[in-house]
Amino acid sequence: MSKNEKDKNEQPLKVVGKPFRKVDARAKCTGQTKFADDIALPRMLYCKILRSPEPHALIKTIDVSRALKLPGVHAIITGRDLPIPYGILPVSQDEHAICIDKVRFIGDPVAAVAAVDEDTAFDAMNLIEVEYEKLQTVTSIEEGLMVDEPRIHDYGERGNIHKLVSLEFGDMDEGFAEADLIREDILFYEGNTHLPMEQHAALAYFDTDNKLTLWSSTQTPHYVHRALTKTLEIPAAHIRVIATPNGGGFGGKSDPFNHEIIVSKLSMITGRPVKATLTREEVFYCHRGRHPVLMKVRTGVKRDGAITAMDFQSFLDGGAYGSYGVASTFYTGALQTVTYEVPRYKFRGARVFTNKPPCGPKRGHGTPQPRYALEVHLDKIAEELKLDPAEIRLNHLVKPFSVTANYLRIGSMGLGRCIEKVVEGSDWKDKFSGWDKENRKLPFGKGVGLACSSYICGAGLPIYWNNMPHSGVQLRLDRQGGVCVQCGSIDIGQGSDSVLAYIVAEVLGIDPFDIRVLTADTDLTPVDLGSYSSRVTLMTGNAALQAAERARELLTIAVAEKLSVPAENLSFAERRVFDVENPEVGLSFAEAVVLAESKFGTIGTVGSYTPPRSPGHFKGAGVGPSPAYSYSAAVAEVDVDPMTGIVTVERVWIAHDIGRSINPMLVMGQVEGSVYMGLGEALMEEMAYRANRNVVHKFPSLLEYKSPTTLEMCDVKTYLIEDADPNGPFGAKEVGQGPLLPVPPTVANAVYDAVGVRIDEVPITPEKVLYALREKSKGREGRFGPKSIPEVDWPQPLKVLTPEEGGDGREMPHVAVHS
Amino acid sequence: MSRKPKQKAHIEFTLNGETAEVAFAPHKTLLEVLREDLNLTGTKHGCELGECGTCTVLVDRKPILSCLMLGLDVEGREVTTVEGMNEGAQLHPLQETFADTGAAQCGYCTPGFLLVAKELLTKNPNPTREEIKEALSGNLCRCTGYIKIYEAVELAAAKMRGESVELPKESVYGYE
Repeated sequence: MSKNEKDKNEQPLKVVGKPFRKVDARAKCTGQTKFADDIALPRMLYCKILRSPEPHALIKTIDVSRALKLPGVHAIITGRDLPIPYGILPVSQDEHAICIDKVRFIGDPVAAVAAVDEDTAFDAMNLIEVEYEKLQTVTSIEEGLMVDEPRIHDYGERGNIHKLVSLEFGDMDEGFAEADLIREDILFYEGNTHLPMEQHAALAYFDTDNKLTLWSSTQTPHYVHRALTKTLEIPAAHIRVIATPNGGGFGGKSDPFNHEIIVSKLSMITGRPVKATLTREEVFYCHRGRHPVLMKVRTGVKRDGAITAMDFQSFLDGGAYGSYGVASTFYTGALQTVTYEVPRYKFRGARVFTNKPPCGPKRGHGTPQPRYALEVHLDKIAEELKLDPAEIRLNHLVKPFSVTANYLRIGSMGLGRCIEKVVEGSDWKDKFSGWDKENRKLPFGKGVGLACSSYICGAGLPIYWNNMPHSGVQLRLDRQGGVCVQCGSIDIGQGSDSVLAYIVAEVLGIDPFDIRVLTADTDLTPVDLGSYSSRVTLMTGNAALQAAERARELLTIAVAEKLSVPAENLSFAERRVFDVENPEVGLSFAEAVVLAESKFGTIGTVGSYTPPRSPGHFKGAGVGPSPAYSYSAAVAEVDVDPMTGIVTVERVWIAHDIGRSINPMLVMGQVEGSVYMGLGEALMEEMAYRANRNVVHKFPSLLEYKSPTTLEMCDVKTYLIEDADPNGPFGAKEVGQGPLLPVPPTVANAVYDAVGVRIDEVPITPEKVLYALREKSKGREGRFGPKSIPEVDWPQPLKVLTPEEGGDGREMPHVAVHS
Repeated sequence: MSRKPKQKAHIEFTLNGETAEVAFAPHKTLLEVLREDLNLTGTKHGCELGECGTCTVLVDRKPILSCLMLGLDVEGREVTTVEGMNEGAQLHPLQETFADTGAAQCGYCTPGFLLVAKELLTKNPNPTREEIKEALSGNLCRCTGYIKIYEAVELAAAKMRGESVELPKESVYGYE
């Protein structure tokens, strides 16, 4: 397919690039969309899960006898009933649907009840008696690194260290020796959570044919399918997972969850449908949200701001389980190299287990934290070098279609245009005071900041090792002109169902609303890996494009024959297939299907997509590669009240390199939503625990976990940069996650411009701003943030020569090349 | 042990313009009665503690958090849920504009926003952006950043005033 705004026959695009409604918009605006908890089946039982009130303890005894006697209780299960461990990553199979002999955080499941109604299940749950033997808790990154015993898990690097990573690309000594300035900064990004408006829910029915159907609010039905077959020990062919439309995901519904396995087991035992809907408090315990990350970044630069070498260290508080954590750890070190040229790069990362709800992937997965650190660090470097923050970035951009020092293959790269747009749009030059704060352009208390970012368009590798496609699409053409597109992808609100319809409609020249979209049902749809890593538009889009082009090919042959028109002359538009030279010579799309079906039999085609191979071949090269990278730049204008420390973000200008918008209206919505979520992380959102050894979540509620309302949300001016990427369908890249990334550092940099203090810790709360202002007024450093990092006995780095140094992407032999 | 009462409450009220009769355990909230006893699942729950606005319905044309009101309290009153917003196949202008602008992303908070906005436009047919923000400030949305919701409300207000307006180009395609 051509990458400009014309289709194969040089006809203008009819659907792609147009602000169509979403195919499911009407259902969503009339309350007709069926979310998981909206489904109820006859004879359905209700499940409640008893959760541990202890953060770290051995389960000595569980007595369910009183609970079982309660009228209306049909079954109670404990860990012994589900002994097989699971986990999203093959290397972290460390969860049990119900804890067997040990609990690891407040909220870990201990037993589960199925009863005739929710109240009975709740009462029965409270009659279960559990005796615990308390263990010492591990509550922080520092403790995770230092406290070897008791171990939260009996696997990992050592003690409570889950994962250590040490990678080195290129001659670091040489890099730092070339530098005119070497700067070090230490920053901290607090953990926060997805807070989808819909609480997780799952309904299982093990039917009379001994087959299991699970409806669940999940972003990854395929991985849930795998976890069910493993833990329930029934063949995958007997399990059907239907992902219901997610009422928001943001990464929080990407793991297989204990409640999904529990309701399945309870349905197998009782022979009745069983549903679990989590309370809001339980959603906080499910978590899998943003890891708290402590970071140290050391960068060498030339006088003009060119980076000569970068050494990045990250320390992740993983919480109680592995989840996606190994991948998260790598992600905190992967994408530093894809925005500005970093010729030599070293990364060390450590993830520890603590007795808190497990962390995992949240929008931006492991990259907003280092991006915040990097962009604030770069602002400080710009200040030391007296360079404009926009110029230092613009002058050292990564080149398009290049390979980075850590072997990420860059495709299209629109960051330069993004920076130019926000600089111009925000009147940056008239607002940014420069580094001489005596001659301010905006009054004291007002300021602007700038930051950039990049994100992957889908992970280059699947979560479990295999050579199969990441996304499959099946098309079925009806002889009356209907088209059904089937794909395993799940719409979590981002519009993935609509993207499938738009792309197929464009290729086949029909209306997107002529298409029936059937998604996320493991019985009926080919596998798609799920709605994570911003992969869906690019990967399912390409699979849909291939399936549609194959169908178009069959129709073209049949129609060309019938009309005696050369195949290359046929165009598909407005529900017609016609000769571009004589548009009146043609027939309807439905007639074309009839011709094709008469000639070839039933018309069905498939398409699939596998990402290109990554040039990196070292251990750890699996995290970071992507078919394409999106880019964003943002400027924030803030008002900081020096009396209260309250930061008000008045406006964010954001430019996003989307490659091409399949639907600009939906792209705008993703950009605005990303700015919103980034703003929440920048200013207020945090998973906070009481400062005692009990590690109790301070406020597992929507009221006290502060998130922006309409009154806190800033004005957003969005610019879309369209620079088609050769790997994207019609050139499209991602937008769901990338535009969140520049927001926290943009705000931090703007706060510095406004009142001259550095807040090196997210969220930027009034207390932190006031602390830094007071410190400054006492003549001390006007800063709030961590001052040191813990000592870690890092493993020997895995060394890889950079492409520039002639490397081949493989690890160098273990002989010291230099000390 | 079970808190389940032996006797169900039985009430009659006006639901989306029609008389409804329903029996339910008397401790149930209006949210539960609507979803579980009347199968109107368009009304959603986000917290069941009155914190997020997701379960908003109109009771006697005023926005009410259905998770905080007992079902018993609507006896003889008039309740409107999202299912009652459209007139047959004809969507309410707010439903049209929410669909057109992408104001419903995941769609989970949408019913609550629609009903609050409906009430706003009844009281104030020409609200400013600030008045819209104020009116919607009790409803949380995690997807949109609220902007497309404001635009949808403004567009619907204009339509209901009989003005023919479209979304500004920069709201659809971004700034030049």
